[in-house]
Amino acid sequence: MAQVRIPTPLRRLTKGEAEVSVDGDTVAAIIDGLEADYPGLKERICDDQGEVRRFVNIYVNDEDVRFLDGTETKTGPDDIMSIIPAIAGG
Amino acid sequence: MFDFSDEQIKRYSRHIILSEVGGTGQTKLLQSKVLLLGAGGLGSPAAFYLAAAGVGTIGLIDDDEVDLSNLQRQILHSTADVGRPKVDSATETLKGVNPDIDVVTYQTRLTSENAMEIIDGYDVIVDGCDNLPTRYLLNDASVFAGKPVVHGSIFQFEGQVTVFDPRHGPCYRCLYPEPPPPDMVPSCQEAGVIGVLPGIIGSLQAVEAIKVVLGIGEPLVGKLLLYNALNQDFRKLTLHKDATCPVCSENPSVTELIDYEAFCAVQW
Repeated sequence: MAQVRIPTPLRRLTKGEAEVSVDGDTVAAIIDGLEADYPGLKERICDDQGEVRRFVNIYVNDEDVRFLDGTETKTGPDDIMSIIPAIAGG
Repeated sequence: MFDFSDEQIKRYSRHIILSEVGGTGQTKLLQSKVLLLGAGGLGSPAAFYLAAAGVGTIGLIDDDEVDLSNLQRQILHSTADVGRPKVDSATETLKGVNPDIDVVTYQTRLTSENAMEIIDGYDVIVDGCDNLPTRYLLNDASVFAGKPVVHGSIFQFEGQVTVFDPRHGPCYRCLYPEPPPPDMVPSCQEAGVIGVLPGIIGSLQAVEAIKVVLGIGEPLVGKLLLYNALNQDFRKLTLHKDATCPVCSENPSVTELIDYEAFCAVQW
């Protein structure tokens, strides 16, 4: 299990939930777990090749997974995964 | 020792008694030049506090006019200003707060043609613009010019703040290498924003700009501050300089400024 923080624009896919628990012990598995529980989330996060979209970053705790092991980054039960999209409003 | 008028000593007394600022710091502020990109939600509080703080030259770039729907959050402007250029009403407000400062205005959009020239004279740039193409353009120009950018962005109830200092840390493209396709980004005001949010995020940007000018504390270089108004949560994430960054790495693929197509999509 892992805790995942859902950014505001995607909460319509999680019935408004800001934080959800899903199965998975790597970032990739958690993304699949999200898709299983909340269909439509994966395509927002990943492109057709399954790569994380370039305007979205995934953090485990406070570290960007691109600077860890990417989507193979391992997560434990106490870790929090955050999905952080670029936002532009001013 | 310091070249302050009696009025300046009184006006800035609460700064001058701070050991972190003092007469030396206040002199630095009075000699500093800060450019605000956008005189809207974020630019309003940021410019207000920077003017009050005695930042000697404030540049304002905004091509827009005041709209009634702006007044829910853009506190530089008032009801009587509806229809006026934002840079004009902003100048009036800022000079009213502090006639001691110069306000330089640019009623235009930042483009690949004018960006380098406009940012050239400034020490720090506060990015409070409302669209991604301008954010990428400013990032690339500031990397080329080696100037720090205090970045703020807002969406509904959430905000992000960081300092991109190409001399010491990551840039915007280290975070997000390329803009998303036009239909894929959660960006603009049409998605709604709680009016106080830019007040908080823009004020945080003003603090960061002052810290960068004074060289005090730990500016948010390599840190992304996330704020959520609904649960009053502040979190800091770590940002890294990307060795493969398209613009600030050793072998950049972006070597000139790009005008990306303007877009504003609510759905993602």
